Amino acid sequence: MDKNFIKIKNGENIKVNQIPYMEFDLFYENVLQLALNGYSIIHYFAYNDNFQTRLIAVFRKQNFLYIATTDAPDEYQNLTEKSIKFHNYERELAEEFAIKTINHPWLKSLRYHSNFLGKTDVFGNDYSNEIPGNYEFYSITGEEIHEVGVGPVHAGIIEPGHFRFNCIGEKILHLEIQLGYQHRGIEKQILQLKKSALPILIESVAGDTSIANSLCFSEAIESLANVEVNEEYEKIRGIALELERIANHVGDLGALSGDIAFLTAAAYYGRIRGEFLNILLEVCGNRFGKGFIRPGGSKFLININQRRLFLNKLKKLKKEIIEIADMLFNNAGVLSRFESTGIIETDIANDLGLVGPVARASNLFYDVRYDLPTGIYRNISIKVATEKNCDVMARALVRYKEILHSLDIIETLLNNLEGTKPNKNINYSLSPNSLVVSVQEAWRGELSHCIITDPDGNILRYKIKDPSFNNWIGLAIAMRNEEISDFPLCNKSFNLSYCGHDL
Amino acid sequence: MFSIIKNRIKQGYKTSKYPLKEIMLPEKYRGLPSINKDCEKNTIITCAINCPTQAINASEQSLDLGRCVFCGLCEEISDGTFIKFTRNYKTGASDRRQLTLYSDDLKDLEISTNKYFKKLFGRSLQIRQVSAGGCNACEADLNVLNTPFFDISRFGIQFVASPRHADAIMVTGPITRNMKNALIRTFEATPDPKIVIASGTCSISGGIFRGSSEQLNGLDSILKADLYIPGCPPHPLTVLHSLLKYLGIIKS
Ligand code: SF4
Ligand code: SF4
Repeated sequence: MDKNFIKIKNGENIKVNQIPYMEFDLFYENVLQLALNGYSIIHYFAYNDNFQTRLIAVFRKQNFLYIATTDAPDEYQNLTEKSIKFHNYERELAEEFAIKTINHPWLKSLRYHSNFLGKTDVFGNDYSNEIPGNYEFYSITGEEIHEVGVGPVHAGIIEPGHFRFNCIGEKILHLEIQLGYQHRGIEKQILQLKKSALPILIESVAGDTSIANSLCFSEAIESLANVEVNEEYEKIRGIALELERIANHVGDLGALSGDIAFLTAAAYYGRIRGEFLNILLEVCGNRFGKGFIRPGGSKFLININQRRLFLNKLKKLKKEIIEIADMLFNNAGVLSRFESTGIIETDIANDLGLVGPVARASNLFYDVRYDLPTGIYRNISIKVATEKNCDVMARALVRYKEILHSLDIIETLLNNLEGTKPNKNINYSLSPNSLVVSVQEAWRGELSHCIITDPDGNILRYKIKDPSFNNWIGLAIAMRNEEISDFPLCNKSFNLSYCGHDL
Repeated sequence: MFSIIKNRIKQGYKTSKYPLKEIMLPEKYRGLPSINKDCEKNTIITCAINCPTQAINASEQSLDLGRCVFCGLCEEISDGTFIKFTRNYKTGASDRRQLTLYSDDLKDLEISTNKYFKKLFGRSLQIRQVSAGGCNACEADLNVLNTPFFDISRFGIQFVASPRHADAIMVTGPITRNMKNALIRTFEATPDPKIVIASGTCSISGGIFRGSSEQLNGLDSILKADLYIPGCPPHPLTVLHSLLKYLGIIKS
């Protein structure tokens, strides 16, 4: 089935002319067949090469990536109706490259910006007007139906986005999520930046995922520049990535507790999250790990003293995390809110192409660290945490299991550090006419960067896909037939990124 | 219930004594930079060329904190001979021009207490935060001010849900084009008198996003800020210190 695709490993670079080219009709058929037969989409995007717009599809099955390309038509019959996985990708194609997908069930702008090519806008938007522009929200009519609109400015200190609920009484029939308010034009800006600024922009795609993004970027650059990374750095990178995961997962458990007014756990977990950010601060000078990882290795090391200190600290924190979890997960009031709320059945999660803890809580077995390991993850065993109940509780439990597992990973890695020197800035030159796909298990799930270079080794296209790009639709579906009052809780059990999605 | 009480006793009291007792941030933390103007010219120029946000002016040997994203590259390139980051977290200022640092002014930046505001609101400030682009790290570290360690509400400062209840709006992010109107509307919905706080380098100058066509290079083009808090993101202490000083809760 995948014979028309090139099969490569995560982080392996290939020449652009090695990517199998198919005429569009054949490409269409092939891509659809893969999507319908258990291959998941990692990328489906366009880029411009010598005035020719090309489409690239990157799929994954088990431990490999499958890639093919074609020339993009101006318009084509949509794939979304045949496989919902294409939904956001096709909206993105229309928005970025003015490729119209005919009969797409919901061809609405994703981030609200003019296209990259200066072509006539597919949506008929005038971008001096306010978002969401020339498009109505999905609306259900009927005597007892009412709409609730929330955002873009929300009640708490959170990012902007608009949620439109169609309800009957308290029950949500449909939720539409309109994003784009955080759109900063990152993919375009990358192409204009000098090299020294690139890692910093990458770390600011989504600040709570700085480390995973930085790692994705660094591994992609190293692959294109043919740079080997010393194992000591790989260990430090592993520690950094797991610290980021723990900090965010612990924060999420706190936020979930806070949402159901179980303030004890919310306060404790809130504080403990900070302890992990402080470890990052001690190692690299920034609580979010900005400036920590760079192509070639890592800017900072962990010395013997710090190692001892951290090991002790982690032991104490682990005990506290477990105690609080025992309190949280055994409380009847908590269970009554967490259980059976916001269910996404396994087959639906699979059809939608969900990733990360959210997908694993719907019993889908996929973790990049296990399936597509790079760096230190090739040398350590990863337990993929899954749950069967597909609800808020399952999403909380997956996070909890992952916290404990990450603590173990960090402990092992800390104990195995040897202490080599930090790297200087590698002055990288990228191999020309090449493509690399780099995938990491960020704390929200599969994060991927794809870089294509031109004949001079400059970056021609930089595509970023945050796990939230896959998962926002999951939140919308999870809310169907739920009470509107359960929205905040469900939302927190997904905790998706606006800026990571909006780019 | 019993386990909750037991745990409560075990957790103890975690709120810091700040500002009565100073908090020392770790050695690696990049706070207020110190500048050595006697550094070799070429080094300064290399730093200026490589600075990702054009924060360094080589001919004036100055550094604009309102543009700096605290990436540490200049310190690394100059091996500390031109720029050296200190652990001083007090980087807020009430005057934008003050954020341009020249050599030998490694004193605290000035935040003038707003006397009128102080008189009017006593010791309380209700803040409506508006996130307008950026990377969400600024927001995440503002939320931290509500955790037990910092417990910002003990100073009478609260983040509120509605602009109608607010005395201040605090903006993060470079102001994306798609958030411009929502920001202006939030500002307008906030009753007078009110202050505007730019928190994080993005909101002061656009930060690392400066120059991208989808954003406005910070708040200045649409609203005048009363308080600037640089950092990428600013440490929670930096924000707390700036607010307390602005309200006159801590004095110079
Ligand atoms: S630390 Fe600030 S001044 Fe120095 S290079 Fe980075 S952004 Fe520029
Ligand atoms: S100032 Fe830095 S941390 Fe704050 S939003 Fe901007 S990029 Fe993120």
